[in-house]
Amino acid sequence: MSGAIISIRDLWMTFPGKRVGENIHVLENINAEIMPGELVCIVGPSGCGKSTLLNIVGGFLPATKGEVLVEGGPVAGPDRRRIFVFQENGVFPWLTVTDNIGFGLQDQPESERQRIVAHYIAMVGLKGFEQSYPRELSGGMRQRVEIARALAANPDIIYMDEPFGALDFITRMKMRADLVRIWQSEKKTILFVTHDIEEAVQLSDRVFVMSKRPATIQENVEIDLPRPRDLDSRGYLEKRDHIFRAMGMSLRVGEAS
Amino acid sequence: MRSVPKILLPLGVALVLLGAWHLGVRIMHSDLFPTPFDVARGIMELLREGLLLKYIVASLFRVTWGFGLAVLIGVPLGLVLGWYAHAYMAWNPVIQILRPISPIAWIPLAILWFGITDAAPVFLIFLASVFPITVASTAAVHNMQPVYVRAARNFGLGQFQLFRQVIFPACLPQILTGIRIALGIAWLVVVAAEMIAVNSGLGYLIIDARNAGKRYDLVVAGMVMIGLIGLALDLLVRQLEKFDEVRWGYAGTAR
Repeated sequence: MSGAIISIRDLWMTFPGKRVGENIHVLENINAEIMPGELVCIVGPSGCGKSTLLNIVGGFLPATKGEVLVEGGPVAGPDRRRIFVFQENGVFPWLTVTDNIGFGLQDQPESERQRIVAHYIAMVGLKGFEQSYPRELSGGMRQRVEIARALAANPDIIYMDEPFGALDFITRMKMRADLVRIWQSEKKTILFVTHDIEEAVQLSDRVFVMSKRPATIQENVEIDLPRPRDLDSRGYLEKRDHIFRAMGMSLRVGEAS
Repeated sequence: MRSVPKILLPLGVALVLLGAWHLGVRIMHSDLFPTPFDVARGIMELLREGLLLKYIVASLFRVTWGFGLAVLIGVPLGLVLGWYAHAYMAWNPVIQILRPISPIAWIPLAILWFGITDAAPVFLIFLASVFPITVASTAAVHNMQPVYVRAARNFGLGQFQLFRQVIFPACLPQILTGIRIALGIAWLVVVAAEMIAVNSGLGYLIIDARNAGKRYDLVVAGMVMIGLIGLALDLLVRQLEKFDEVRWGYAGTAR
């Protein structure tokens, strides 16, 4: 298929184990294509290697075998046109909200930098916190700073590694709604890793369901539901239940799986 | 109300100790050992003669140079050793061998190399403080959250900018703790160094007061001044820990 912004071809990943000669096969024969402007989620059980996959695509980790083509070229390392939003929050605690968001804009003239930072502070709802330090913000607000920092650098792609994993339920719901709104206005390609099936169905155009280790993409589920998504609708529940079953999970709490 | 015991308690302990000291001297009928009042009079005498300020300035001058050089060299050296694994491999054993040698042991060599100039105590203070600062800076890099470096790489920072904009600020809280410890050591060492090599400073005051007439009131006056200035220096560095650029790094301390 041509026109893909990200092509993952026959990707394998093996880590050396604790004992000499022992190898841990994490990823096995991963093939996937992501189109420009798509919001794609990768879901899978904990420890299946979905973060490893995202780190390889993001250029932070070399694959054992296979290749990743992004915007037509092989990935050689991290790139400022593709910004990573980290699970553990990569906001710099020694900089204010303003300086964090402007971090990727150092080659811009000061006035332009200020304009862009102000724009994204408003977009992620952090007006009034411009001069605050991360330690003064809640976990959700810190994650907003990181998302704004990524957007301000005007990348083509944003990689998100369980960015809402450490947040409480209500904050997480708000963050998802905001992410979809921002994605719709910014038209970025987003590749989003999560272990939360509901999150994946609420957010994405497509969901890659990964198997246990050694992981492959066992299913590629199209989420052709209109936005804003109704979490009570039949369509939503069908997609959700389909992925639950694909991951071998029971839909009844207390039932042996 | 809560701040009252914070002042009263230590003040009470100090008064009790001073009282015990005073009574002790009286009961023993010591001719040489001074009472707290003798010491206070000694401090006033030094003040009148202009010696106190002169000696304090002399000691602080030596600490400023020796300690300043140690910061200027120790911090970058520590950061580089922390970041480049091969540099660490090569240099860490040498540092670990030099580090436990007391600065006092260097006194003969310091005099041999620098004579009885100010350079000798400055060199000793430098030696005393450069190792704790280097080791703290190296450890800071090793303990740094890797996510900051990954984020910086993602934004395309080159090696120098990475050091300046990310590694240094990320390590600064821990470096500052190392600097505080090193300053305490530097202050210990300046006094020891002045007892041997020079003719001014608080260390010299103590030795000179004893040698020139068994003026133990001035000996203890010198000791009291050393303690008070040491406390002031520590409080000064602690103020630095309150800056927003480093405050995030001190968990628990009423952020």
